[in-house]
Amino acid sequence: MSEHVSTYEPKTGFTRWLDTRLPIVRFGADLMSFPTPRNLNYWYTFGGILAFCLVVQIVTGIILAMHYDASGAGAFLSVERGIMRDVNYGWLIRGIHANGASMFFLAVYLHILRGMYYGSYKAPREVLWLLGCVIYVLMMATAFMGYVLPWGQMSFWGAKVITSLFGAFPVIGGPLTALLWGGFSVDSPTLNRFFSLHYLLPFVIAAVVALHVWALHVPGNNNPTGVNVKSKTDTLPFHPYYTVKDLFAILVFVILFAVIVFYIPDAFEKVDNSIEANPLVTPAHIVPEWYLLPFYAILRAIPDKLTGVLGLAGALGVLFALPWLDTCKVRSMRYRPAARIFFFVWIFFSLVLGWCGSQEPQGTVFPGVPAGPTIIDYGPNSVTWLSRIATLYYFAYFLVITPILSRTEKTLPVPDSLYTPVLSHSAAMPAGAAAAPETKG
Amino acid sequence: MHRLSLAAAAIAAMFALAGASLPGASLAETTQAPLKDVHWSFDYPLGMYDQAQLQRGYKVYHEVCSACHSMNMVAFRNLADKGGPFFNASYPNSNDNPVAKTLAKDAQYDAIDSETGAPIKRPGTTADYFPNPFPNTTAARAANNGALPPDMSLLAAAREGGAHYIYSIVTGDGTTPPPGLTVPDGKYYDPYMPGDLSSFWTGDPKKVPVGGFIAMPPPLIDDRVTFDDGTKATLNQEAWDVAAFLKWASDPKMDERKQLGVEVLIFLLIFTGLLYASYRTIWRNVGH
Repeated sequence: MSEHVSTYEPKTGFTRWLDTRLPIVRFGADLMSFPTPRNLNYWYTFGGILAFCLVVQIVTGIILAMHYDASGAGAFLSVERGIMRDVNYGWLIRGIHANGASMFFLAVYLHILRGMYYGSYKAPREVLWLLGCVIYVLMMATAFMGYVLPWGQMSFWGAKVITSLFGAFPVIGGPLTALLWGGFSVDSPTLNRFFSLHYLLPFVIAAVVALHVWALHVPGNNNPTGVNVKSKTDTLPFHPYYTVKDLFAILVFVILFAVIVFYIPDAFEKVDNSIEANPLVTPAHIVPEWYLLPFYAILRAIPDKLTGVLGLAGALGVLFALPWLDTCKVRSMRYRPAARIFFFVWIFFSLVLGWCGSQEPQGTVFPGVPAGPTIIDYGPNSVTWLSRIATLYYFAYFLVITPILSRTEKTLPVPDSLYTPVLSHSAAMPAGAAAAPETKG
Repeated sequence: MHRLSLAAAAIAAMFALAGASLPGASLAETTQAPLKDVHWSFDYPLGMYDQAQLQRGYKVYHEVCSACHSMNMVAFRNLADKGGPFFNASYPNSNDNPVAKTLAKDAQYDAIDSETGAPIKRPGTTADYFPNPFPNTTAARAANNGALPPDMSLLAAAREGGAHYIYSIVTGDGTTPPPGLTVPDGKYYDPYMPGDLSSFWTGDPKKVPVGGFIAMPPPLIDDRVTFDDGTKATLNQEAWDVAAFLKWASDPKMDERKQLGVEVLIFLLIFTGLLYASYRTIWRNVGH
């Protein structure tokens, strides 16, 4: 679709003048007329939803920063008394921002899973995928630092646990941790640098998002069949077809978002975070936010600290390598029955890891059954051993199953064009999209 | 336990990974009796605070709790805010509310004489946050057998179970300990306090009593206060009302939040319906 020809015609004297100097109107018009595969389903609306999330987080975050005091002595009070009680609609802005992080991650996980299922990372979209992985890592860093800012007990101890991980590295570990902390423990200087970075990183994310969208517009969208766009009839202009579909999806997403913000605003917040940070009192059970739990479980599954940290980093690293691990020419898992099963099992084990991350490492998986003889620190019926099994599958999926399967799997016949299955599988389309397609152009 | 309503649970289930934020993930060695199952007007998604109950609860807080517990995030004007115990529609600016003014005037704050600079006391104003019962935490500990009474501004938010926890703790405080349990001096047995009593237990090691010790002497008894609205001040009534008041103190914008939520959701549903209709219209003759 790189051959997308601009159809923009400047109509007034001013736009003609501007078009030869800074063709910004043409740029917008070309984005709107961009040829988009006509068979994109609702899983393809998460890109738009994520752009919406980023804007919401930045706008609410800028307002919160106006009322926030980034000091160990004042942070908790400025959030819990200032923003939550005294600032007009501060409770709403913070409710949107804090729960917005969870909504953002919900959307990004579905977006990533969609990319994995339909093979959107394969040539010629590897750079698009890599940029997406960069955004995801930046999001995790931003969210983690944002969680520290209210300076509650879980903020403080979460920061302590995660920053201490950097101490696992030989030689540089100590200085690196001191640099992160701005001292010799998590304290006011740590909070200040986290606030500074928490404000900076979203704009870095926005810049990488711009590259991500650029990288999308060079090869054009993948689609549920994974078949390349072959003719003009395969596509529709982005506007109005996908603007209206994305907006509808965004609104459905916002309804769920609003139910959380207005009716269960503290559903994702640990009660301990309503207690001001206290370096002398360790909470009984330190857990990160839900979106980081699978990685936390991988970290704890590995007995050696440094190896655990490397395992955590590797769990993200394998995502970057995915385009080169999966060499199967068929993109979409619609036509890869075996890969599809292994992929769903991988999702299952990722959820299992998330559950494990929320539990005590010595907790039992099957209640009432003894943990059994200790093997590498824990008995077989323990959360840790379940995490180990799930971690093994997590990595095996990327490093063993995917490479082997992409060479050996017998794939199903792929349609000639992305539009053919539309004609033959109308019954399988989403309810809102199936109005007698055989009569349409 | 009751933080999440049914609707909340349904959504939380969608976020399968959110397991940690749900109750039940307690420590293996820490035990606690199941919280008492009581009901409040605000339990339901659209349930609001009961103003009469908040007034009674404030009275219990003011006459009993505030002797030891600070509440440094709540100002006297907040009592007269919308959704608060003394809100009166005739005074849209809560600083004008006569009840809030009177209550504030009874408190004394440190100040300096504007002529001489000498330290003096001044009566409170509606803008003042509730006064601390102790000058600092060391003094608070010294007066309470070494234990620090927690600030009550966010108590209902900072404990698993919220108002149910507070109600259970207050009514369970000073429960007669089962024979075989040694209660240390200055502590009281409370089955609802999360704790591990095994090292204080001389009975069957498989039957360690649930709960823990609390440093707070049983704070409430029948007729500890006299309610202005004539409600009989039983221990349970006082505990029920003060738990509701503390829930309000930790979430004073709840009424406003739930009301605005209805308006926002109605708007969103209409807007979404319109967009869906637009979507169907635009895609009507397009195969996809």
